[in-house]
Amino acid sequence: MSAAEDVVTEGQAVEAVPKRVMTLGTGTSLVVLAALVILPVFVKNFIIFQMTMLLIYGLAVLALNILTGGSGQFSLGQSAFYAIGAYTTAVLMEQFNVNYALTLPIAGVVCFGFGYLFGQPALRLSGVYLALATFALATALPQLLKLGYFEGWTGGVQGLVVTKPDAPFGLPISQDLWLYYFSLAITIAIYVASVNLLRSRSGRAFMAIRDNEIAASAMGVDVALYKTLAFGVSAGITGVAGGLGAIAVQFVAPDGYTITLAISLFLGMVVGGVGWLPGSIVGAAFIIFVPNIAEGISKGLSGAVFGVLLFLVIYLVPHGARDILRLVERRRT
Amino acid sequence: MELFTNQVLAGIATGAIYACMALAVVMIYQAIDHLNFAQGEMAMFATFISWQLMQWGVPYWGAFVITLALSFVGGIAIERILFKPLAKAPVLTNVAGFIALFAIINSSAGLIWDFTIKQYPTPFGSAPLLGSQLISTHQAGMIGVTVLLLLGLYFFFQYTRIGLAMRAAASVPESARLVGINTSWMVALGWGMATAIGSIAGMLVAPVVFLEPNMMGGVLIYGFAAAVLGGLSSPLGAVTGGFLVGIFENLVGTYIPGVGNELKLPIALALIISVLVVKPAGLFGRPIVKRV
Repeated sequence: MSAAEDVVTEGQAVEAVPKRVMTLGTGTSLVVLAALVILPVFVKNFIIFQMTMLLIYGLAVLALNILTGGSGQFSLGQSAFYAIGAYTTAVLMEQFNVNYALTLPIAGVVCFGFGYLFGQPALRLSGVYLALATFALATALPQLLKLGYFEGWTGGVQGLVVTKPDAPFGLPISQDLWLYYFSLAITIAIYVASVNLLRSRSGRAFMAIRDNEIAASAMGVDVALYKTLAFGVSAGITGVAGGLGAIAVQFVAPDGYTITLAISLFLGMVVGGVGWLPGSIVGAAFIIFVPNIAEGISKGLSGAVFGVLLFLVIYLVPHGARDILRLVERRRT
Repeated sequence: MELFTNQVLAGIATGAIYACMALAVVMIYQAIDHLNFAQGEMAMFATFISWQLMQWGVPYWGAFVITLALSFVGGIAIERILFKPLAKAPVLTNVAGFIALFAIINSSAGLIWDFTIKQYPTPFGSAPLLGSQLISTHQAGMIGVTVLLLLGLYFFFQYTRIGLAMRAAASVPESARLVGINTSWMVALGWGMATAIGSIAGMLVAPVVFLEPNMMGGVLIYGFAAAVLGGLSSPLGAVTGGFLVGIFENLVGTYIPGVGNELKLPIALALIISVLVVKPAGLFGRPIVKRV
């Protein structure tokens, strides 16, 4: 085959999204925030639970978005970091009686470590090769959790039951509502931190690597450092989400964190818009509610209905929920 | 020592399945530059069609040829209807499309033919080959078909005009268009061929893993792994990768104590990744030189 084939201009795997359009305006943010704060007061406990899960998956999708939309690296292994976070929280709470709020930063740090370490060998891989490596991680982890060596801590195949915390200071609200506000506070904190991260020097380094790795390294960006850092940060946030998820679901078991979860998170990112952080919540809503809707339309064909809905979404908005916002903005001007 | 040779032989036998699937994966990767996650499901659906034809009284080879033709047309139709509109969409959107296709095909097959396990006939018979218990005539036949396919593809791509046009369209689409190649149809042709090869893989695998809507799940993962290990740009690499993965998997299961069926896959994948860390473009893949 010709020599020309061997030399290609580095294709951009992930679209270049300027950091300006990665976030929402202040006005819109406040409206969304107000809705998130007020809405749960008026709904039933089950819906509050679903909204909590929405925030938690939103965090996990956000984490993937920082990795893929920010630094241009794929990952099908987010479920592994989610599981590590969930198990860290569950084991600390149930075996060592640590306060639930304290377990979350620990889960974050542990996952940051795992992510950073995993980022080292992953440095040599990109594109589909990286996808395969992260995929391997996602398939391996549930099997490792089932192993006998850790059974004393993790409960093996059976998993662990996690107790749901009460509202502190004798607040007269239900456990679900408290957990929702607790998750909301954490989500907002992490969201603001992520937005600032992407606006910072490190964020610019991520984006430079995403847009053109060679040019970035020529400009003095430490590619290896920032790529592994992106993995670490993403894993850390996913870990916090996993920890929150364990508290909300009140149960951890190896089979809850299979590759299906990683694929869901990936779909959430695509539907929400790669590189658009507020889209993470939209994506999370898609992966939580659309399977239920599909099941409602047809029990036997729920998979097919889900597939068709997914196709509709990617035809109508190929760049995810960001396209809707763009449309609205164009109308206005 | 005898245990070792036996395990290697058994590994080659399972490897033939992976090799076949990996070949289909590489084919479509050559044509469209994406890994098609729905490939296994497309193969499964084709296998069900051939099974249905046989239920209606069509002889094996008749069903085989009809299925091949239907898969070829079906692959082209899927590309034209579902994926051509996404040609300009970002890569990740395309991947989401593959996942959607996976869900649609899997669930439809489940509804049409339900989830019970079905026997699937083999044209090669299942007697032990040359008195060896480890490799049956079916598995030998499977290896033979894979090798034949590989040779056929090699000649097609290397010595025919249309093969050359397909390669050109995949590697430098802009220049290919300038010399008058209809790149859009080359992609569709790639889909058709990959689907047809996938259906052969499905029909060869079905007698071993039995026919049911989820039969390709595991096979596809190993097929991907094999394709990546061999190098996604090389059909020969894909086939070699397939056999290597089969052997790896068997040896790991035999010699590392405490490795049950559950841990075979993670360990095989870990080995593959260690290989990739040393040779990032796969064993036979050409490294791509990047420029700014």
